[in-house]
Amino acid sequence: MDALLFWILAAVTVASAVLVIGQRNPMRSVLLLIVMFMALAGLYVTLGSPFAAVVQIIIYAGAIMVLFLFVVMLLNVPTEETPIGRQARLLGGVGPRRFGALLSAALALELFWALGRLGAVAMPAGDTPETTVKAIGLRLFRDYAFAFEATSVLILVAMVGAVILARKEPQP
Amino acid sequence: MHGPGSLACGHARDGGALKMTPELIAQLIVIGFTFFMLLNSAAVLVYMERKVAAVIQQRYGPYLVGPKGALQPLADIIKLIFKEELRPKSADAFLFYLAPIVSATAAFAAFAVVPWGADTDFSTLARLLFLDRIFGFTGLEHPIRLAAADVNVGLLVIFSITAMGVYGIVLAGWSSNSKYSLLGALRASAQMISYEISYGLSFAAVIMLAGSLSLATIVDQQAGYWFGFIPKWYIFIQPVGFFIFLTAGVAETNRAPFDFPEAEQELVAGYHTEYSSMSFAMFFLAEYVNMVTVSAVATDLFLGGWHGPFPLPDGFGWVWFLAKIFVLLFFYIWMRWTLPRYRYDQLMEFGWKWLLPAAVLNLLVSAYIALRVGW
Repeated sequence: MDALLFWILAAVTVASAVLVIGQRNPMRSVLLLIVMFMALAGLYVTLGSPFAAVVQIIIYAGAIMVLFLFVVMLLNVPTEETPIGRQARLLGGVGPRRFGALLSAALALELFWALGRLGAVAMPAGDTPETTVKAIGLRLFRDYAFAFEATSVLILVAMVGAVILARKEPQP
Repeated sequence: MHGPGSLACGHARDGGALKMTPELIAQLIVIGFTFFMLLNSAAVLVYMERKVAAVIQQRYGPYLVGPKGALQPLADIIKLIFKEELRPKSADAFLFYLAPIVSATAAFAAFAVVPWGADTDFSTLARLLFLDRIFGFTGLEHPIRLAAADVNVGLLVIFSITAMGVYGIVLAGWSSNSKYSLLGALRASAQMISYEISYGLSFAAVIMLAGSLSLATIVDQQAGYWFGFIPKWYIFIQPVGFFIFLTAGVAETNRAPFDFPEAEQELVAGYHTEYSSMSFAMFFLAEYVNMVTVSAVATDLFLGGWHGPFPLPDGFGWVWFLAKIFVLLFFYIWMRWTLPRYRYDQLMEFGWKWLLPAAVLNLLVSAYIALRVGW
């Protein structure tokens, strides 16, 4: 039962993730991304961590994607404009395209390497991670307090940077 | 799916195999009943809304169909079913039909984790109905939670599903390919983002007081009385939180005075301008069910759920619950027909400059008191 659920959710996740980049309509891309987040949340539930699942939906599917949709609707571009024709060769394109291909190749290699290692290293038995809200909170705010605060500062810096970039007339 | 954080619901799951135990059947009946009540609440609310509006505006309201017009919702539904389903030529057909479904599904799903009564023992009822004699029903001694699903992180589930509801509106606005719809959808998403933070922070304070994310536990923390007569409801120690929750809740459900996504004077009908027949009815249904959900959650969080000012006999706590929901829903309608709509910039200013700082301050003060003083 659990295995079946895993395969269904995993298939939905991968399929929608691939379709996100395959779409030419940005609105549909955003919607497929939401589907992907939902399926991922489902995977978290099957892994016995409902808190992570719910937080995933609240933050990614609920808050961030609403912002994405807002921007997409505000710009109201019907389809993505393609600077290069569809018939362009996969690896022989212009600069950004070649760079993108290189980057995804590196990522794919990394993924295979990680998956290979995962098979070799056995998961420590009997060390089931705690998934209650309290346990996660204690871990986050005691053991990993520094990392947590550092991330917060990083996000704040990014926000300030975005505001400065978005300001139309720079102050003298 | 094990351990304290699991999402398992009911007591019927043993070893992964589902057996048709009387408990499971009782749970299924509870689920069906919840769904049935929720569906009908929309019809009742439509009638209530029209009658209350009529009283406020010194009219009669519906009075022809049935006694005092009580069957008017039925006539409305029949009318909606037999209307022609229209779709603009340039609309995105798939998303256009998906949008009302998303709206209605999210509205119903959110209520699934709201408990509406104390754990109830159905064995007496089964004996009274001779179920034990006829079907040999035994094993109903275990009390059953009066909620469609019993989830440990229930509050967060409600929060996440209500956040999904906005996609229905946004999709409707975008796929209709009409400027009024698009403007309504834009407003809906902006309003959602602005008010959701205050909404979440207001109940975070209650979570801190109760020390639990489960709605049933939060309600049970509010049992009992101070000085023997004041019920221990969280509204008395979280009045600011209750105000913020209710305000943000009205904004989340897009009701007046925050009904910007529809705003009929400016946007025709906002996001559902292009919808007709049953698709329109789904949006309508979703709006009323969302109202019920917000009222039910407010009742569970701040008004003591099924614990009343004086105790009722065992198994009748849901009467209090219904009464409180009714009062809150009346308040909703009352407000709609009393207050005019804000201006859009006022909505944003109020949300970001007043409601959010108030919610943060409320959370900080509650956290300090909970940590240092205790209740």
